[in-house]
Amino acid sequence: MTATQTAQYDEMFGPDGGVRPAYAGYDEWYRAQDPAWLRKQSSEAERFFRRTGITFNVYGDDAGEERLIPFDMVPRIITAAEWRKLSRGIEQRVRALNAFLHDVYHRQEIVRAGKLPERLLRENEAYLPVMAGFVPPGGVYTHIVGIDLVRTGPDEFMVLEDNARTPSGVSYMLENRETMMAMFPELFTQVRVRPVSDYPRRLARSLAASAPPAAQFGAGERPTVAVLTPGIYNSAYFEHAFLADQMGAELVEGSDLRVVGGRIAMRTTRGWQPIDVLYRRVDDEYLDPLTFNPNSALGVPGIMDVYRAGGITIANAPGTGISDDKAIYSFMPEIVEFYTGEKPILQNVPTWRCSEPQSLQYVLDNLAELVVKEVHGSGGYGMLIGPTSSRKEIAAFAAKLRARPDNYIAQPTLSLSTCPIFTKAGLAPRHVDLRPFVLVSPNGVDITPGGLTRVALKKGSLVVNSSQGGGTKDSWVLED
Amino acid sequence: MLGRSANGIFWMFRYLERAENTARLLDAGFRMALTRGDSASAEEWRSVLVTMGLDQAYAARRSDYTGTQVCNFILRDKDNPGSVLAMIEGARTNARMVRTAITREVWEATNETWMTLKDMLSRPVRETNLGELLGTIRRQATYVRGAMDGTMLRNDIFNFARIGTFLERADNTARILDVKYHVLLPSVAWVGSSLDHVQWETVLRSVAGDRAYRWLNAGGMDARGIAAFLILDGRFPRSLAFCYEKLRSNMASLARAYGEETDAHELLRGAGARLHQTTIEQIVEAGLHEFIVDFIACNIDVANAIAQDYRFTD
Repeated sequence: MTATQTAQYDEMFGPDGGVRPAYAGYDEWYRAQDPAWLRKQSSEAERFFRRTGITFNVYGDDAGEERLIPFDMVPRIITAAEWRKLSRGIEQRVRALNAFLHDVYHRQEIVRAGKLPERLLRENEAYLPVMAGFVPPGGVYTHIVGIDLVRTGPDEFMVLEDNARTPSGVSYMLENRETMMAMFPELFTQVRVRPVSDYPRRLARSLAASAPPAAQFGAGERPTVAVLTPGIYNSAYFEHAFLADQMGAELVEGSDLRVVGGRIAMRTTRGWQPIDVLYRRVDDEYLDPLTFNPNSALGVPGIMDVYRAGGITIANAPGTGISDDKAIYSFMPEIVEFYTGEKPILQNVPTWRCSEPQSLQYVLDNLAELVVKEVHGSGGYGMLIGPTSSRKEIAAFAAKLRARPDNYIAQPTLSLSTCPIFTKAGLAPRHVDLRPFVLVSPNGVDITPGGLTRVALKKGSLVVNSSQGGGTKDSWVLED
Repeated sequence: MLGRSANGIFWMFRYLERAENTARLLDAGFRMALTRGDSASAEEWRSVLVTMGLDQAYAARRSDYTGTQVCNFILRDKDNPGSVLAMIEGARTNARMVRTAITREVWEATNETWMTLKDMLSRPVRETNLGELLGTIRRQATYVRGAMDGTMLRNDIFNFARIGTFLERADNTARILDVKYHVLLPSVAWVGSSLDHVQWETVLRSVAGDRAYRWLNAGGMDARGIAAFLILDGRFPRSLAFCYEKLRSNMASLARAYGEETDAHELLRGAGARLHQTTIEQIVEAGLHEFIVDFIACNIDVANAIAQDYRFTD
């Protein structure tokens, strides 16, 4: 494996400038529009997002500082055939992830079989001893998963990252579609796109199917679901409120909850009411001050005891973050094969584990061409992108790498596919990724067609993270 | 619903109500000051500050009582935690907190109100744009109320919003009466003087009641009539009697929905009875000022009882 770049793949236009079949319908519509009107719609979109309050808070900014994630109005389009293959691969991977998590917290057969170094579990901060030997209600660990995909060619989708802890962004998937439909209603009569709007209903159903043993509800009644948020200053608060609202669930904070009679109950205007399923958007560490971080005010003292006694379902289960670890990620091909008995349908991005001396040497020799990431990092922070870094930055990073090789993995600088964005001068290619959202319940795996496309708005940039200037697009899966 | 959400929506609507009433109070103060000399208008501005409970905070920072100084302090001063801008921000923060309890329309109206006023109040307010600004505050409050009326389910969430609105409105009307009660007392020397008329009109204007009062009284105006109008007339939407009738009906809805009454219901019944079983003659006889002071205290007790009975906080 070398780190050389291959020719860049544009999803709308072929090398000869012709429009690819997926975009044929869109292109026809686009060329019939008045460019001046499109420019006006583009700025309308920002006002729309601001008015509806679809904002996120950036850590480190003044409290209350709210920013918009820029929205680009050119959709990212996937054909029905491409999606069929992708969803098979995603389902396989998500099933493997759940089986892996069960194994990690039980007999660790995968370690016994010599397929995964035990050290990666033992030394992993996301591994929670309190989960050992415990089976979550319905056997589900990751109720909500986001699988980050990148594309490098016509038939080449690769998994860049697994988000089994608390994937965010699904509200943007939904709002982007709403915005597109409001701005360009006639476009959706010309091109048949699979709907995404029933995600909240499917989420509610999926969560309700995972109710704990202690849940008591009569025929025709549903379990009580609540969304746990750290509060209005959290960067994803909009999404927490949005999902609770769309599901008809209560949006609770730690201060609303306490243990009452072996259940987790919320303080309502009529007294304490038990919750069956808690969709928590609070990290493991803050979930229970009695078990984890004793200074946390965001969680519920005693919730882990109630959980282990079958009094509540926590989604996702505590301790699932271990599969988001980038060192574990590098073993995903082995993990998929070990638990499903099948070859992985979706490939990993080739990954060097810097903990291995040979790989470390290779990475140090080729830093200028590689992307190096912290194994526990997220959000695009703490990483080195070799090709766009100065000699000085590379030298500084090499020192960090030598000091703690275990803490890093490296990957080739992928030639991510591009998709056009709308600029004042017309369409211009920008790099994109895709995060499909997957729901898991005892009844099965449910994947919403499409997902969230993130786009690097700066020309040539490969960083799509919203915290670093990335934007989003509506993502279409075409009807057959 | 969550106790915290009840608290959030209650305060969201208290803040919006208070911002709107403050705009009216400033408008009335401004008109009054226009027609009078410097010292008399300084006195008027001081009384506006007293009405809002901001007199001490203001005196700690400034010594002159000009219209623009006082208006800027009340509307947008960063040193004033009770500024209109802070109220609008408080309303919006509470709306964000209870986002799941309000409709998209109500949220967008509140968010737009915040965006609009934050922008207008980012620059010092001058006499030339004060009217436009106060008009915008009133209009935006009306906009949120309209979205509320047209889109919200009539359930406990709605009841807590209305309870917040009417407790605040009753408090605001009572505070205006508290500061101005002396001009409404019969005074031998001043009866019928033109100064009285200006004062009375200011009081009526600050609760948007000038037109209604004139219409009901064929253009006539007298102190006792105005006091009766603001305290006892159940037809006037900013009178104490009207606010307490709304409180009663919203609390009754809650009791029906929840299947039980609370201590707050008892307290409210007592307060309502005191308003309904009295006449303006009895009030003036026993002391208008004392009546108002008692009313404000009782209003606070009712608010506290509701917060406790419905578990607003832990």
